[in-house]
Amino acid sequence: MDMERSNSQPSGFDSTRQDLLKLTAATGGALATSTCLPHAATAQDASTAEPRGVNPAPAPINLVLRVNGAEHPLTLDPRTTLLDALREHLQLTGSKKGCGLGQCGACTVLMDGKRVKSCLALAALVDGREITTIEGLAQGERLHPLQAAFIERDAFQCGYCTSGQIMAGVACIAEGHAGSAQEIRDWMSGNLCRCGAYDHIVAAIQDAAPTIRRG
Amino acid sequence: MHPFILERPRDLSAALALRAQSGRNDAPAEYIAGGTDMVQLLQEYVRRPERLVSLAGLLDNRIEVGTQGLRLGTAATMAEVAAYPAVIEQFPVIAEALLNSASPQVRNQATVGGNLLQRTRCPYFRDVGYAACNKRAPGSGCAAIGGENRWHAVLGTSENCIATNASDLAVALVALDAAVEVRGASGKRTVPLIDFYRLPDATPHIETVLEAGEVLTAITVPVSPAARRSHYLKVRDRASFEFAVVSAAVALEMDGARIHHARIALGGVGTKPWRVPQVEAALAGATLDPAPLRSAAALAAQGAQGHGHNDFKIELMQRAIVRAVEIAGARA
Repeated sequence: MDMERSNSQPSGFDSTRQDLLKLTAATGGALATSTCLPHAATAQDASTAEPRGVNPAPAPINLVLRVNGAEHPLTLDPRTTLLDALREHLQLTGSKKGCGLGQCGACTVLMDGKRVKSCLALAALVDGREITTIEGLAQGERLHPLQAAFIERDAFQCGYCTSGQIMAGVACIAEGHAGSAQEIRDWMSGNLCRCGAYDHIVAAIQDAAPTIRRG
Repeated sequence: MHPFILERPRDLSAALALRAQSGRNDAPAEYIAGGTDMVQLLQEYVRRPERLVSLAGLLDNRIEVGTQGLRLGTAATMAEVAAYPAVIEQFPVIAEALLNSASPQVRNQATVGGNLLQRTRCPYFRDVGYAACNKRAPGSGCAAIGGENRWHAVLGTSENCIATNASDLAVALVALDAAVEVRGASGKRTVPLIDFYRLPDATPHIETVLEAGEVLTAITVPVSPAARRSHYLKVRDRASFEFAVVSAAVALEMDGARIHHARIALGGVGTKPWRVPQVEAALAGATLDPAPLRSAAALAAQGAQGHGHNDFKIELMQRAIVRAVEIAGARA
């Protein structure tokens, strides 16, 4: 994926991004809309899906999300999680929704430099915090060293958990918890990989750690 | 999630006023702090508050260690407390309990106050597809009694509920005689943590002594020689990122090769963090040899009642006590 273009969202979609959106929509992806931002939450939000007519929609709430260095004023249903705000409202679909309950780690992002599960945070309560997603890791065309290491080590099969694994791995290294394979396994335990690529993920983190620690 | 109005009050007084309008538990209005448990409960429709009152930025998050002991502002995160050097040095059982809880991501988000108030992991409580849960729907029955109960409690149970308290931190704190500072619209009070939690008895839906709208503002832990020689042993189904099957928090004050005073609390086995004074009394004057440790630990089984799948916990918790005492005793 073209990291630089993704990072330049959401002011305008370039052709690559639009093609991806079309492809995602065509293949049954979760993106239901590509309307301009900001917009109010709708019943299309996966997180807020309820039988129609049962409950009135709650009053929307105004907030500013700071993501990958850019500020995004949004008006959202208060039930919107940070993950759904990123994916459904900012079209930053690198962060994945696995369980939606904090168990799988596919939604891992950095908040004020610390790794968090974006599915467990309400967007309105992280107003003003600095969020970094997988789209914000690369420097232009140059991949982050851990992204490169994941490719080099073949540290994924289906790739669904990968962005969460990489974000958690970046934090794991920054925290100083990548000293040994055992330590990495312990401190990466919040990220599940159903393909079972764990050995390769650990190897990628071990490879990248010295480069990243040197800065 | 059920629709709710999100309140982001400017200060704690405003939050208390908003929340005081509602009832005691599972009320139309609820607090949210770190959100790691609340959002799960909202997503699963276990809780359906009409109003959610955010405590973000309203509570103290300082960690202080002084001559009186340890004081944690309840908004401090699990990760911050676990990494605090004076906590690691003087209260290792607290740091260990925290590091063995949840995942690194959740520890960065969850507050220590919220950790103490997290709801049980009983799968029948967490799954609204089951009608019977006295914690979730008072009077509806208990699906765990006679159901899948491998994870459930053997101590402090009632005919209405056998759910365990899931907090590791609470077990460590109870072993160290911690207290919580509680603030409500009408003022402040301090409650020993062991008395903060209620037994299920006939009202399992009321889990703590918090009154309507009260909030935890601080956790205090008295300084003690035993706290320095302490350990948290967690037995679980996988090595990391899992709740306890059985856990033991042990703090020892030694007199040479003998135990002068032991403090022991158990997790994963009780409907609340479970202190075992009879075991502590039997350990006074004992050496760290296996025989006296085993005979003292056997007393933990007093009053324990298995429910079939969880019968093994009664033996396992005794072994956990022995191992945890051995490890704490070996500490300098």
